[in-house]
Amino acid sequence: MPRRGANERIRVTIDARTIEVAAGTTVVAALAIAGLRGTRTSVGGQPRAALCGMGVCQECRVTIDGRAHVLACQTLCRDGQIIQTTGPL
Amino acid sequence: MSVDQHYDIVVAGAGPAGLNAARAAAQNGARVAVFDDNPRVGGQVWRQGPGHAPQAPLSEVDAALSAHPNVTVWSSSRVIAPLGPRALLLETAEHGGVCVSYGQLILATGARERLLPFAGWTLPGVTGAGALQALIKGGTPVRGERIVIAGSGPLLLAALATARAAGAHVVAAVEQAPAITLARFVASLAATPSKLLQAAKLTRGGAGLPYWTNSVVREARGAGRVEYATIMRGTREVTLACDRIACGYGLVPNVTLAQALGCALDEHGAIRVDDMQRTSVEGVLAAGECTGIGGMELARVEGALAGCIASGDTTLDLRALRAQRQRWQRFAQRVETAFALGEAARALPPAETMLCRCEDVTLGEVSIHRDWRDAKLHTRCGMGACQGRTCGTAASTYFGWQTAQPRPPFHPAQIGTLIKAAECAASPSSIP
Repeated sequence: MPRRGANERIRVTIDARTIEVAAGTTVVAALAIAGLRGTRTSVGGQPRAALCGMGVCQECRVTIDGRAHVLACQTLCRDGQIIQTTGPL
Repeated sequence: MSVDQHYDIVVAGAGPAGLNAARAAAQNGARVAVFDDNPRVGGQVWRQGPGHAPQAPLSEVDAALSAHPNVTVWSSSRVIAPLGPRALLLETAEHGGVCVSYGQLILATGARERLLPFAGWTLPGVTGAGALQALIKGGTPVRGERIVIAGSGPLLLAALATARAAGAHVVAAVEQAPAITLARFVASLAATPSKLLQAAKLTRGGAGLPYWTNSVVREARGAGRVEYATIMRGTREVTLACDRIACGYGLVPNVTLAQALGCALDEHGAIRVDDMQRTSVEGVLAAGECTGIGGMELARVEGALAGCIASGDTTLDLRALRAQRQRWQRFAQRVETAFALGEAARALPPAETMLCRCEDVTLGEVSIHRDWRDAKLHTRCGMGACQGRTCGTAASTYFGWQTAQPRPPFHPAQIGTLIKAAECAASPSSIP
């Protein structure tokens, strides 16, 4: 993985809103930076968000660049990335 | 590069154990591949991110591995299933489905947090304690947020230090263990001065912080997100206003792949290994937290030992490594004794509390069944995307149930990855 400058900024689009984050930021962190608390809606209709932060619980799954069920906590932001949550928040 | 490859040694997990195993094996000339499902190496304890540069021991082992032409490190790569004898199906971010075969396999799959339900724990803002640390290191902003850190174990102190450094206001650290056993544990740190120093650093500047022992989080409340935490301090109930609750009750070994390969477990549910880190299955070794919770220092030593043994290296001082291992094993034993889960932590939350978050099954729905299998068949608990990694651990903590391990595919996988498995099975010769 190429080393990026600590100050490099990249842009990602979350639910149609574009924000800027530091290179190396995880998608789950980008969601929080964008002010979103939730990632998905549970089968019972409840809002959910990342619980384990390390790829176990599956609560943080979102759609990234059209691919569904990607774990936000184990994915790094890339410039131009399009992220979609299914959460109501 | 062909993506279907053979390696002398494959290491599953790029934390302290896995990286040190790979280094030791590579030094002996073995062709080594290390896989990890995270986008960066380091595992949980050496997690890096924006504003969190790699720690010195990680940089050192990482540099050593980069200098070896016979080592390949694949990040963002998950093991989906074992494939026949000595081969694995992986799903990688870069190449999609990949079949990899090995001469020997070193399991360094680490541990996850024991996350126990409480009323309201599905609200956004509730995370594990180690989870909070991971989220902050990944760039989640917590400056100015009021956080309750709870659960049990030394990890709470680490999470506390990370949260404070990131500008959060930790309103309370809530530890289930009683003060008296903690005092004994702190006194015992004299045997491991580096740990005493570490504890002093982690708690530096924490004079005004409420550190409540013999206390557990009972409830999270709020409209669509955490706004209040209710805590039992002994027999007294206290409610605190907060933005996050980070609660984890120690760690449990990740043994999914080990079990699928047929490796025997010990009485703590960790992978059983002999004094050479060999599991009960020929050609499979294991090191680090997956063989028993012991911390980073122990994981490094076990990893180095496993790497030496797997690569047939007898030049290294195995006796010295074993002596170090024993020292850190004794430390691990003291941690386990000090932070053993008490009655309050194991008390059942109200029946309407969600147990299985994937399938939205409550504790009450599950608890009427006589065992895990019965509960699964009737309620679908443990049958969602995480395959019971969270609720199964909770159910075994509460009810003492033997909970079934995840089955292949171990993680939700793309159809192309599964097709790859069929191709590899149809023509095993495609794996050299």
